[in-house]
Amino acid sequence: MNSLRRILALVIKEFAVIMKDPKSRFVVIGPPLIQFIVFGYAATYDLQNVRYAVFDESRSVLSRQLLAKVEGSTVFLQAGALSNHTQISEYIDNEDARLVIHIGPGFDRTLQASRPAVVQVIADGRNPNVAMIALGYLGSIVAEFNQDLVRQGVVETTAPGLFLVERSWFNTNLESRWFFISGLGGVISMVVVILLTSLSVAREREFGTFDQLLVAPFTPGEILIGKSLPGIVFGLLDALIFAAGAVYWFGVPFRGTITALVLALLCFIITMVGVGLLVSALSMTMQQSLLGSFIFLMPAVTLSGFATPIENMPLWLQKADLVNPVRYIIIALRRIFLEGADTPMIWPHLWPLLIIASVTLPLAAWLFRHRAV
Amino acid sequence: MSRGRLFMMRLRGILRKETLQILRDPSSIALAVVMPLVLLFIFGYGVNLDAEHVPVAIVGTDTSGVAGDLLGRFELSPHFEVFQVKTMSEAEKLLGLRHVDAVIHLQTDFSTKLRSGQQTPVQLIVNGIDANRARLIEGYCRSVVNQFSAILRARGEGAGYPPVTLAQRIWFNEDAQSKNFMVPGLITLIMTLTGILLTALVVAREWERGTMEAMLVTPLRRIDILLGKILPYYLLGMLGMGLSVTVAITLFKVPFRGSLTALIILSSLFMLASLGMGLMFSAAIRIQFVAAQVSIVAGYLPAFFLSGLIFDLESTPRFIQIISHAVPARYFVAISHTLFMAGDLWSVLLPNGLVLAGMAVLFIGLAFKNITKRLER
Repeated sequence: MNSLRRILALVIKEFAVIMKDPKSRFVVIGPPLIQFIVFGYAATYDLQNVRYAVFDESRSVLSRQLLAKVEGSTVFLQAGALSNHTQISEYIDNEDARLVIHIGPGFDRTLQASRPAVVQVIADGRNPNVAMIALGYLGSIVAEFNQDLVRQGVVETTAPGLFLVERSWFNTNLESRWFFISGLGGVISMVVVILLTSLSVAREREFGTFDQLLVAPFTPGEILIGKSLPGIVFGLLDALIFAAGAVYWFGVPFRGTITALVLALLCFIITMVGVGLLVSALSMTMQQSLLGSFIFLMPAVTLSGFATPIENMPLWLQKADLVNPVRYIIIALRRIFLEGADTPMIWPHLWPLLIIASVTLPLAAWLFRHRAV
Repeated sequence: MSRGRLFMMRLRGILRKETLQILRDPSSIALAVVMPLVLLFIFGYGVNLDAEHVPVAIVGTDTSGVAGDLLGRFELSPHFEVFQVKTMSEAEKLLGLRHVDAVIHLQTDFSTKLRSGQQTPVQLIVNGIDANRARLIEGYCRSVVNQFSAILRARGEGAGYPPVTLAQRIWFNEDAQSKNFMVPGLITLIMTLTGILLTALVVAREWERGTMEAMLVTPLRRIDILLGKILPYYLLGMLGMGLSVTVAITLFKVPFRGSLTALIILSSLFMLASLGMGLMFSAAIRIQFVAAQVSIVAGYLPAFFLSGLIFDLESTPRFIQIISHAVPARYFVAISHTLFMAGDLWSVLLPNGLVLAGMAVLFIGLAFKNITKRLER
């Protein structure tokens, strides 16, 4: 009972520290929300308005028919028409166009004679991802054009014997925005939690008030709970706001269960509080704790599988990444949002988080007293 | 003594003080040299968009003849790791459990159909959760199928040619290797941070520790303080930059086609803009904690999301593109991609370099305005 009262007093004090300071108050709610919206729009691999230039030497009905198909697609945006070869390198070099479509003078005649015609495409490889995806789109436009030709009876060639029928599961239109936004909330609420908790102990150490806390009748466990709760409450609040934002603002489907979502976020936030408090307990000054949290944040976010797949990493790095808590929540959130996972289905991604938390939290509590000053 | 001599004397004094401070507190050397190298090493391996050994399940009861040949093609491709299964339901279960990322289905009458010259589908089901990866897998599959069709035609077994085919060339990066694109971008990301963090803390630190007051009573002018805070950290940052570029070229084998002069000039501009940004925060805020927090929120995250380092800016909504113009990293990402892969194309380098120069002047100017020789504001 006494213990509960002491914890309550400490929790009230910790919340007051955040809520009384306008800067801290602001850091917790304002910027994270703006970041969520801005980055939510920025994080996408879906191409739009890929600028291309056309060098049409054929100027025939057929070549125009093909180009009209390209122009009609939302992916491409025409940036110019070329009249000679040297302009190709000008356009690509100056980044005036990322793709040049070159139709040779014999395009029409070759097709009429039922011989295969070749269309040249030059792509700017400075962004290979954009180049490859744009070429893929162009390939499917050409395949469609080929079918049109056969249907119209313009050419007598039969369609190719083998063809690929593509289907995708869980995300039928292959929208990458869903993929990013479902994980984005996890990343941003993590930054908030780490910034909040990593400073809590270090600030008191620097101001000298931590000694007062240590001589007060609190056990390290009680201090730990008092220091954790604000981070957990604000982190979870932010994460839930982001989850709602993902569904109602960005229109990401929510196919899983709310219980699974809350449970996963809670496990993750507790783990993050553990990491933040550990960093804080290890550092003597705020500067050290900021550098510490920063050294944790950068690799943890970059290697979380949020932007680039973990499967593409070399094996040794994939193994090392097993201790990265962020990877688990990213996978769990995606499975809950997009695959409709419930609690048992995401459990494999939660217990590693709990293990990390059960190491960092007690270690932080121990370090409160035992960190050599 | 002339004014010039006096200026040089003061400058020498503060430069000596800052240099000694850097040398005696290894944390800024660690920040400028060790951290970039470690991060570049990890990220260079870890951030990769090229998929290899994608696990796929192939459903094919008939492994003889043509179907077997096609299966062999998939097995040979470095992009796939093939698991053979007998039934479609088995394969779908594997896909649901995420043991495989795609299912390729060859129907039982695949060989007969193909031999009799009919249209023969190769069914592909991909897990669309990671849309980018799904598109890559589709692309890899398409190229295997297309190559196989070409072989069949050469053997005279397949039916017809497609009327129009694409002949594609990718300039500057023939194999479309994502590391050539990622590593220069990562250098930008890492150096943005290093630059901002290096200076974000230095002025605020002097205020917090009270040593700023000691400096205020010396005959140092504001311009001396500014130069003293920028020059040593500029050299330190450029050292980190030079080492990162060396690692990119030697370890990650990214081609470098530009000139060293262009690299030094343009990265100097970028470094000055980042240092200036940090100094501006630091001088305006005077509290290390907030200064560092602002650097992470205004430096790291925008450099990651809004620089074109990973996500293509031109595909984002208009207002995002407008916001991105305020991010210095955006300009250096464009510069480094061109310098590394394409060479000294001044039509790209010059406009981006000029913006960086403008930003450097603006940030350093604002920092200068905020460095006062008074205690109260």
